[in-house]
Amino acid sequence: MTATVQAGREATGGLDIRTIEQFLYREARLADEFELEAWEQLWTDDAIYWVPAGGDDPNTQMSVIFDNRSRIGLRVRQLNTGKRHSQLPRSRMRRVVSNVEVIGTEENGDTVVEANFVLVESRVRGRQVWAGRYTYRLRTVDGQLRMSYKKVALVDRDHDLPTMSFLI
Amino acid sequence: MTLTDLPRTGIPYDQLIEPSRVHGSLYTRQDVFAEELAKIWYTTWVFVGHVSEVAKPNDYVRKNIGPQDVVMTRDAEGEVHLLLNRCAHRGNMVCEADKGNSSSFRCPYHGWTYRNNGMLAGYPYSKGYGGKGQLDPVTMGMGRVPRVGVYRGFVFGSFAEDGPSLEEHLGAAAGEIDRLVNLSPEGEIEVSAGWLKHRAKANWKLLAENETDGYHPQFVHSSIFTVADSGIGDLYADGAESVTRALGNGHSENDLRPEFRRLGKPMGWFGTTENKVPKYVARMREKYGEAAEKLLIDGAPHVMIFPNLFIAEIQMFAIQPLAADLTVQHVTAVQLKGGEEMNRRLLQQTVGSVGPAGMLLADDTEMYERNQAGVAELRPEWLDVRRGLVRERQDENGFTIGSANDETGMRGFWAHYKELMTKGAAG
Repeated sequence: MTATVQAGREATGGLDIRTIEQFLYREARLADEFELEAWEQLWTDDAIYWVPAGGDDPNTQMSVIFDNRSRIGLRVRQLNTGKRHSQLPRSRMRRVVSNVEVIGTEENGDTVVEANFVLVESRVRGRQVWAGRYTYRLRTVDGQLRMSYKKVALVDRDHDLPTMSFLI
Repeated sequence: MTLTDLPRTGIPYDQLIEPSRVHGSLYTRQDVFAEELAKIWYTTWVFVGHVSEVAKPNDYVRKNIGPQDVVMTRDAEGEVHLLLNRCAHRGNMVCEADKGNSSSFRCPYHGWTYRNNGMLAGYPYSKGYGGKGQLDPVTMGMGRVPRVGVYRGFVFGSFAEDGPSLEEHLGAAAGEIDRLVNLSPEGEIEVSAGWLKHRAKANWKLLAENETDGYHPQFVHSSIFTVADSGIGDLYADGAESVTRALGNGHSENDLRPEFRRLGKPMGWFGTTENKVPKYVARMREKYGEAAEKLLIDGAPHVMIFPNLFIAEIQMFAIQPLAADLTVQHVTAVQLKGGEEMNRRLLQQTVGSVGPAGMLLADDTEMYERNQAGVAELRPEWLDVRRGLVRERQDENGFTIGSANDETGMRGFWAHYKELMTKGAAG
């Protein structure tokens, strides 16, 4: 029994699954509610935020989003200007994060977690359902859980997509 | 009776398009859209793709001309074909993969096979047709876009059997493609990054008109100009030396060279300096000698090639109309052959700017959709395109030019549109 728990802890890089889930839910809520500064603080300094289009290599293929930490900050600041027309008025959104699965650890010790999501977006001109699989890399920095990587693999990524300038 | 309540046939385009205004119904009516498909999209030269997308013999990739599903193939001899994705037997879709490499296609419905030049190769249980070789491989082959034209690697197709050649259609716009391709140290660009597809609930003409509209950036893109160090706004500001040019045949450009020349710095057009990309600059000088300085200062074009190819410096857009109020923008980053040092920068800058979450294009597309909603309102019926008429002039080559933020390009677009739409009209 003890051995099983140990193995579980090992696989999650020492993180408790409940702690991981609480982090994912918080991240989802902050994005849904445009709590932009709090959301931005969840990222590590070396963060990558990636929404693939069709390709699997963001360094050679087009992506919907491929932000390093500095561009994540720029994205947040642009939303904060109050002049980002594609988010005026802001989308109302709620997403469900589920099927949370700890996949393993990276060489640098980051914990790799995947989860499914469904997001319903209500905009002035219509409603849109987004769905896909999140991949996160999580790391404890100064006692706080942070994400160094978030990949959003949309089920629709091969097809034409409507504007999505919110945080997905 | 207003022009909005026109009869359902015989749309009088000459009354709906005036030199300084165009009628709103041109953006909303499905019958106008159907007529545009016939008279523009299935007649004139339309950009389809790039030869590098079918680089090797037997490569193929799915493309489109408006709603038409077109398979671009390269046969074993190297020739590029544009085939319609439809079996000659029962009309089933022949090719379901987005891309691949194959010398033939097999229809999954009854097993008919086609060579990648479109010719019928075989049909199972041939006795039912009197044996093998009884069906004509051409008339019973896949449908094809009858004319395929390639200009410096850009592949265009025309459904018209006869008509102006691709070179005649491109006219002065060919020089803008040259400017882009000449930024490669090997004189070739590559389309290797794949296409991002962004849907807009808007008429395709709103996109085409906006591409060389220098009036909107300060307003539509003020959010990104506020937080990023972008020089784009200044290039189009009142007082900028840039010009908007109608290039003929509906093509137009924002010619930013006067501003880049004023700056006079190699790579200034890309917002960088030559010491950031030394290998690229060295290779350009090696290839072009003294001419390299001009290329490196002038930079890439900003040109809208009628009806669907938009080259925005380092990005290429293909506009695909699907309905009066539905358009897909396909966009990719230009990759310069021999310019490896530049290519990742070109890709990253493009990805940041374009597409559904792009820091520029998300807001352009927001405007397209609001504009589409707006033009459906009944009054006032017209869209105004007079901006700059008071200061328009001819350049040394006889092209009409206006200031950087004038609507000279739109007026050129509409003049050509009107010509195509009224061609062959009865009385």
